Amino acid sequence: MSFTTFMFYFFEAVAALSAVGLAVVRNVFYGALLLVICLLAVAGIYVLAFAEFIAVTQILIYAGGILVVIIFGIMLTTKISQKPLVVEHSYVLSGLLAAGGCFCMLVFVIAKEPFVSFTNSLEPPPVNSVQTLGVTLFSKYMFPFEIAGLLLLIALIGASVLASNIKSKKT
Amino acid sequence: MFPIEHVLFLAALLFSLGLMIIIIKRNTIMILLGIELMLNASNLNLVAFNNLMPEKMDGQIFALFVIIVAVSEAAVGLAIVLQVYQYYQTSIPDSVSDLKE
Repeated sequence: MSFTTFMFYFFEAVAALSAVGLAVVRNVFYGALLLVICLLAVAGIYVLAFAEFIAVTQILIYAGGILVVIIFGIMLTTKISQKPLVVEHSYVLSGLLAAGGCFCMLVFVIAKEPFVSFTNSLEPPPVNSVQTLGVTLFSKYMFPFEIAGLLLLIALIGASVLASNIKSKKT
Repeated sequence: MFPIEHVLFLAALLFSLGLMIIIIKRNTIMILLGIELMLNASNLNLVAFNNLMPEKMDGQIFALFVIIVAVSEAAVGLAIVLQVYQYYQTSIPDSVSDLKE
C-alpha cells in the first residue's frame, strides 16, 4: 500500500468518523468544530483527486468563512451566562430509518454499477489542471459565472438587511 | 491507487448523515450544519466523476458553483435564524409555529 493510498483511506476515515460524531454530539459548538474537521478531510480527498483549486476553495470558504459565520451565530443565539447550549434529539427512530434507507439505496446502486474500470490511477492528468479550470470558467461558463457573482451580491445585501436591527430615523 | 467507488461510498454516508441531522436535531444551527454536510457530499461526487474525463473540467466547475450557492445559503440562513431568535427567543424550529402574534 503506497503512501497516497494510505492518506486517501486516512482522510476517508477521518471524514466519516467526524460526520458520525456530528450526528451524535449534543453541543452545537462541538458540532461546528467536528464539521471543520470533516471539511478539511474532504479537502484532502480533493487534493488526491487532482482538484487542487477546489481543495483550496473548500478550505478558504468552508473552513474559513462559513464556519466563522456559524460560530458567530451560535454565540449570538446562546445566552453566555447559562449552561452550554445542549441540543435535544427528537424523531430519532424516523431519522435513523430515513438516513439508513437512503444510505442502503445509494450503496446498492453504487455497488451495482461497474465503476471499477474507472479506477483512479493517481497519474496526474496530462493538462495543467488549474489553468484548464480558469480558461474553461472564463470562456464556456462565462454567463453562469456572472450570474453567480450577482447571486453573491444579492445574498450579501439580503443577509445584511435581514440581520440589521437599525430602524430608520426618518418617520 | 483507489477506486472511485470508495469516494462515492463516503459521499453516500455523508449525505445520509446530513439527512439524519436535519431530521433529529432540535436546533436551527445544527440543521444548517447538516445542510452543509449534504452539499459537501454532492461536491465529493462531482469531483470524483470529474476524474473520468480529466481533460474537461465540467465537474470541478459545477463543484465551484455548488460552493458559491452554499455560501449564499449559509449567510442568508443565519441571518434568518438570528431574526427568528430575536423575535421568538428560541432556536427550536418546532416551537416557531405561529405566523403572527
